Amino acid sequence: MDDDKKLTSKDFLNQLVAKHYEGALQAKAEGKPVVWATSICPQELLETMDLATVYPENHAAAIGARKGALEFIENAEGKGYSSDNCSYARVNLGYADIQKAEAQDIPMPDLLFCCSNICNTVIKWYENLSKTLQIPLILFDMPFNHTYEVPEHSIRYMRGQIEYAIGQLEDFTKRKFDYDKFGEVMELSNATCEWWKKATDWAKVIPSPLNGFDMFNYMAMIVCMRGNADGHRLFKMWHDELEAKAKAGLGPWNSAEEQYRVMWDGIACWPHLSTTFKALKKYGINMVTSTYPDSWNVRYEKNDLSGMAKAYASNYANRNLDYDEDNVVRLVKDFSLDGIVYHSNRSCKLMDFRQYEIQRRVEAATGIPSVVFDGDQTDPRAFSEAQYETRIQALVEMMEENKEARRKG
Amino acid sequence: MMSNAVSIIQELEAIALSPYKSVMRTMKETGKEAIGCFPIYAPEELIYAAGMLPVGMWGGDTELKLADRYLQTFCCSIMRSNIEYSMKGAYDMLKAVIIPTFCDTLKCICENWKVSAPRIPVIPMVYPQNRRIDAGFVYMTEELERVRGALEEISEKPITDAMLEDAFAVYEAYRSAMREFVSVAAEHPEMINARSRHLIIKAAYFSDKKAYTDKINKLTEALKKESVKPFPGIKVVATGLIAEPPALLDIFAKNNVAIAADDLAQESRQFRALSRKSGNVIQRLAWRIVDQQGCTFLYEVEKTRGQMLIEQVRNTGSKGVVVFMMKFCDPEEFDYPIYKEELERAGIPVLYLETEQQMDSFAQIETRVQSFAEMLA
Ligand code: SF4
Ligand code: SF4
Repeated sequence: MDDDKKLTSKDFLNQLVAKHYEGALQAKAEGKPVVWATSICPQELLETMDLATVYPENHAAAIGARKGALEFIENAEGKGYSSDNCSYARVNLGYADIQKAEAQDIPMPDLLFCCSNICNTVIKWYENLSKTLQIPLILFDMPFNHTYEVPEHSIRYMRGQIEYAIGQLEDFTKRKFDYDKFGEVMELSNATCEWWKKATDWAKVIPSPLNGFDMFNYMAMIVCMRGNADGHRLFKMWHDELEAKAKAGLGPWNSAEEQYRVMWDGIACWPHLSTTFKALKKYGINMVTSTYPDSWNVRYEKNDLSGMAKAYASNYANRNLDYDEDNVVRLVKDFSLDGIVYHSNRSCKLMDFRQYEIQRRVEAATGIPSVVFDGDQTDPRAFSEAQYETRIQALVEMMEENKEARRKG
Repeated sequence: MMSNAVSIIQELEAIALSPYKSVMRTMKETGKEAIGCFPIYAPEELIYAAGMLPVGMWGGDTELKLADRYLQTFCCSIMRSNIEYSMKGAYDMLKAVIIPTFCDTLKCICENWKVSAPRIPVIPMVYPQNRRIDAGFVYMTEELERVRGALEEISEKPITDAMLEDAFAVYEAYRSAMREFVSVAAEHPEMINARSRHLIIKAAYFSDKKAYTDKINKLTEALKKESVKPFPGIKVVATGLIAEPPALLDIFAKNNVAIAADDLAQESRQFRALSRKSGNVIQRLAWRIVDQQGCTFLYEVEKTRGQMLIEQVRNTGSKGVVVFMMKFCDPEEFDYPIYKEELERAGIPVLYLETEQQMDSFAQIETRVQSFAEMLA
């Protein structure tokens, strides 16, 4: 307990990242099955079955952030993958072949677990893994919500898939599914998500105690540690730190003051993380939120399978334009935003091809300025520092004009 | 006989080459209102049953300017074209459009359409990817019923079960005619070259299916009467979303490369799956999707496409496979490395052509088709 006092959430985060990967490698070494899963999947089922799970999107991001992506991307492209396909997929498919990364190794999978609530691209990606590695795949198909709410018949379909998947997991592990444990995992997952959300909500305070680029780091853990006690402890700890900082009136950085507050739309540019961060910080721009805090705020009542299905189908990327517009407009207000940075991410067509319309609508509804820049989450080739700089400068000018106008009343 | 065949071929080619004119004419001739059908599997039977005309919306070669309002340049050209056309008013004759959300791009198109063409209501439709489990099948029938209801509202008439049966019969006749046509056409590459084959099949999207089927049957009969002549060129199997633009196929025709069979989304995937006989029409429509195999837009963990292409090559005496890759089409691009490897392992040469609907230079493709043909000859 004494250690706890000295341990910061950042230390703990780093420990957990190491523990997560070591644990999975260890499981493999002991002959236990390993699962590869998509980032917002119903991990409750895997946690209940006590299956070691790693998340290729996290792994690809980690490789990207350590500037190791190109080797894997080139391998995948050599096999015929198009340079226009999602770079997480290219990194992972390359890794599935090379099976060795300086940045971080992961064990090869025995089972695949894919949920299409983030995109249909993952279906193709995981199909290919299943085919090339000759291992089973459990698919959760979550229909795109072209209506504002998640329709009832979609919920029934998804619930049916959860029940079906439980059978598939029983077949795979040759063990019975423990519904009592499932209930506990559901409870814990909900509690962890609540702390994640409460922690990220501290960024509503002015100045924000949270530097949004830190949120990108913690995000890796909300992906893979939602359903266990470590994750729960981490996010509670992070929350308490942010609360203390907020109450002390501390901003995001020691070395600079928060001048402007923006939202970042889309995934980070992992290979250019520090460039993109510094260009913002230079002007005192703090990225206080994005659509991600809500994406992992997967909340439902314990033992309510339909509620669980609905919660998983409700993330931003799976919703219609009207919902997305309302969502971003709400973020602008709740987080007192001065501007928005839209990442037109070559990898992610689902997020990109609604971005222009969202940008127009949000601007019309809130009057805050925004810019779009071209990039990619892990392919280092699709980003231009000069373009990014120019766009950020333009944003600063627009935000400053707005502030000026407000000052004048 | 021969001249009869030639005139049908010319007529169908002309239909396919001027979609707008053809649709307007079919609407006038049949007195029907038209509903636009986005790729890949809009439930045309429901539209037909409603007494309306299903019209295929597979983009086209139009200059892309307005679509930039909604879509980045790395969106597939077929959808950029559709959005462009919608903004130009080229689709104003449509009563509604059905947009299935098979891929991430289509999900966004469905949303953008609500703004880019507000005058034309959109009926979005979700096909379950887990279509082979009970919950998926039920969901699919519910989606089909929902679309049926939406069409009833638009046509302001109920779609009865009897109407559905009639429409399904029309489509069954169409599909069986098409299966026969493609197999007979493969015997007569001297008359049905790559370009003609594509246009003949495509003409269905702008015609009334019943009248179209009559023409195809007549054409097939005429072809059957022709003696099978030795073909001086080579035969190939085509795969991909769509084999366009037609100028591309001219290169095939010029080099005596005939398409003996295809796995194109716009062509054989529309009619190759056999229908089940049991259940009501809604269930039979759903079974058709369940039973479709080797299509990149429908989840299939076994990924049978490569094996299917190998069989098509062997069954038709083809020498290779030509991939018509619609640039930026994620699902198609993801399948390619898998079936390419299987084809290569089976010793089947593959020609990979990246296409867009707006292409102005074909010189490079011409060289590649030529050398492919020479290599296989
Ligand atoms: S980046 Fe986009 S396309 Fe790639 S896996 Fe994530 S949601 Fe899907
Ligand atoms: S990406 Fe492919 S399937 Fe999707 S709309 Fe474009 S061409 Fe069609």
